[in-house]
Amino acid sequence: MRLPLALASIPLSLALVAMPAAAQDLTGTLKKVKDTGAITIGYRDSSVPFSYLDGDQKPVGYAMDICLKITEAVKTHLKLDKLEVKLNPVTSATRIPLIANGTIDLECGSTTNNADRQKQAGFTNSHFLTATRYVSKKEKKLDKIEDLKGRTVVSTSGTTNIRQINEANAARSLGLTILPAKDHAEAFLMVETGRADAFVMDDVLLASLAAGSKTPDAYVISSEALSKPEPYGIMLRKDDAPFKAVADAATKALYGSPDGKALYEKWFTKPIPPRGINLKLPMTEAMQKQFANPSDSPDPAAY
Amino acid sequence: MNYTWNWGIFLEPSPEGTGTYADMLLSGLSWTIATALSSWVIAFCLGSLIGVLRTLPSKAARAVGTAYVELFRNVPLLVQMFLWYFVLPEVLPGSLGSWIKQLPNAPFYTAVACLGFFTASRVAEQVRAGIESLPRGQRMAGTAMGFTVAQTYRYVLLPNAYRIILPPLTSEFLNNLKNTSVALTIGLLELTGRARSMQEFSFQVFEAFTAATILYVLVNLVVIAAATLIERRVAVPGQR
Amino acid sequence: MFQNFDFGVVASSLPYLFGQGMVFTLTLTALAATGGVVFGTLLAMMRLSGVPGLWHAAKLYVELMRSLPLVLVIFWFYFLVPYIGAWMTGSPNPIQVGAFTSALITFTLFEAAYFAEIMRAGIQSIPKGQTAAAQALGMGYAQTMRLVVLPQAFRNMLPLLLTQTIVLFQDTSLVYVLSLTDFLGAASKVAQRDGRLVEMYLFAALVYFAVCLAASFLVRRLQARVAIIR
Repeated sequence: MRLPLALASIPLSLALVAMPAAAQDLTGTLKKVKDTGAITIGYRDSSVPFSYLDGDQKPVGYAMDICLKITEAVKTHLKLDKLEVKLNPVTSATRIPLIANGTIDLECGSTTNNADRQKQAGFTNSHFLTATRYVSKKEKKLDKIEDLKGRTVVSTSGTTNIRQINEANAARSLGLTILPAKDHAEAFLMVETGRADAFVMDDVLLASLAAGSKTPDAYVISSEALSKPEPYGIMLRKDDAPFKAVADAATKALYGSPDGKALYEKWFTKPIPPRGINLKLPMTEAMQKQFANPSDSPDPAAY
Repeated sequence: MNYTWNWGIFLEPSPEGTGTYADMLLSGLSWTIATALSSWVIAFCLGSLIGVLRTLPSKAARAVGTAYVELFRNVPLLVQMFLWYFVLPEVLPGSLGSWIKQLPNAPFYTAVACLGFFTASRVAEQVRAGIESLPRGQRMAGTAMGFTVAQTYRYVLLPNAYRIILPPLTSEFLNNLKNTSVALTIGLLELTGRARSMQEFSFQVFEAFTAATILYVLVNLVVIAAATLIERRVAVPGQR
Repeated sequence: MFQNFDFGVVASSLPYLFGQGMVFTLTLTALAATGGVVFGTLLAMMRLSGVPGLWHAAKLYVELMRSLPLVLVIFWFYFLVPYIGAWMTGSPNPIQVGAFTSALITFTLFEAAYFAEIMRAGIQSIPKGQTAAAQALGMGYAQTMRLVVLPQAFRNMLPLLLTQTIVLFQDTSLVYVLSLTDFLGAASKVAQRDGRLVEMYLFAALVYFAVCLAASFLVRRLQARVAIIR
């Protein structure tokens, strides 16, 4: 099992990776997948429409579809006849440790790719861009960040959003009570049941959660954003260049092809399970640019 | 092992802007202690009452006591927590329900009530066992002295029973303290929850959990020391 | 207050709740209880062995586990177990441990501390004369334990071991914090998807209540029977 130390420490160049798999020693995730014939995908409960449970409690979504393309590419790359795809539920709080400790190989959901997280994990080409805003009940008439002064807000623990609202709370002395929730559905529930006045999260997730709620018209998303549009990426283990190269190549090929556009439309401009809601979010200019020329940069300014 | 240790992390400022990560954990610890103590007051009073009910001559009183204990012992604490937090306000009349939801620090009050009622069922069992372990002659002696039932309990049975059950009560208190961590599921910012937030913000999983572990062990040691002290203070001279 | 209730949501999710959720919960309970009793008995024997390093280690383990909240231990092990696996097998990368296995290891190791205390009392409940008699018959430590002490200790402690297993059954609901699909996890996923918290949580409470009440009733009957034989 043990790899020669020298080999493990040599960063493999992309050219080497492009060579047939049999011609070289595999490392990291690719070696593990080859040895076990299985790859594990981490999915989310309620990151609609990226990764969530449909009517039959099976994980589906835009990011899940992208991940399945990556697993296909891995299968082809390793020349495997069969590749078992295992699924493991993750939350915002558990996903990074679980990537690091090898429980999951790919995290397919709505994970913001930022410089801080790059120190913990690797990211393949970004698949969406979204800014931090908040959702609240219309009747509360909240719109700007300042409107939240002294109120109770909820956010999902382990997200960049809860960090941003904490920082804003300190910097602007808003006097907020910030409740951490386990997952997006639970956080939205806090707003729905009146436990919190607002839910601070990526605007695309807020829009999906509100659209999927019992009374979509009762909610409004703030006009003021707490951050620039930030990129979402599929997360994989840090310092695993060969595996990342396969994932990058697969996503690049997908985004550049008509399949990529069709995939986007399937989840964002057409009715999605479980209740046939149409999110009506056509591709933005920045996203078109990203699809034409995929990047894995954590810097919002790069998009 | 590709994990970068950084024990200095505790002195770095947390993104909440109110202090360092160490401050964050200590604030978690104070919520844990506040929740444990407040819920223990409910658990002790209500538990004693229910325990006494189960030893009374009245059949109805015993049935009420038994029903209470069975109800609260046979539903997992986490489910009870959800019932108090998510279900109770919805089944109460509208205005009362929304009043409960709007309370500042709602997770704290919910956790205190939930743990109080939950632990009461365990305290009740100890109190009942304590009273039942006393020789029957004590109850009879009380009656012979002309005490009412209430007086017999107040002056004869309970003082003896509490002394006997002090060690199991201490471990119930410790269980109650540990159970406060279940309240992180309803957003209480207690020690385990804070350790988890620290892990999320700093990515230093093992440092955060090690610190929480040490704090829990320290609190346990303090409680055990205090219980030993109380045991010695209240011991009836000449016994044991 | 019940006019807005929709118990149809419970009915339609029954296959999922029991087929996946309850199966997970029961499997986890059964395996963790078995493992916990075995490891707990070992710990109890270590603790009673009087061998300096051994009983210190057992005592430290039991006391440490018993002073920590289960939620914290669940997080610890979920993140730590793959590294421990790598360390034990000498592999350079963390070993992949599935969510179920990880939960199983956690509950086995955690509950072992509680089972150890029960088994310690059980072993101590066997009169010293019996061990002396076994030794007089020429039995070694292992034989004495296996043939004389442990069978009786198990028998005497069976009601307590089963009661602790009921507690374990309730405790498994805490895997909720990891988003695993145990019975409560399944109920809460349906509850959150359909916005039917009240119905689903009440139903979950009812099921747990019924199972635990029935189980503790059976344990009490067993206790009465064991008590008569003794």
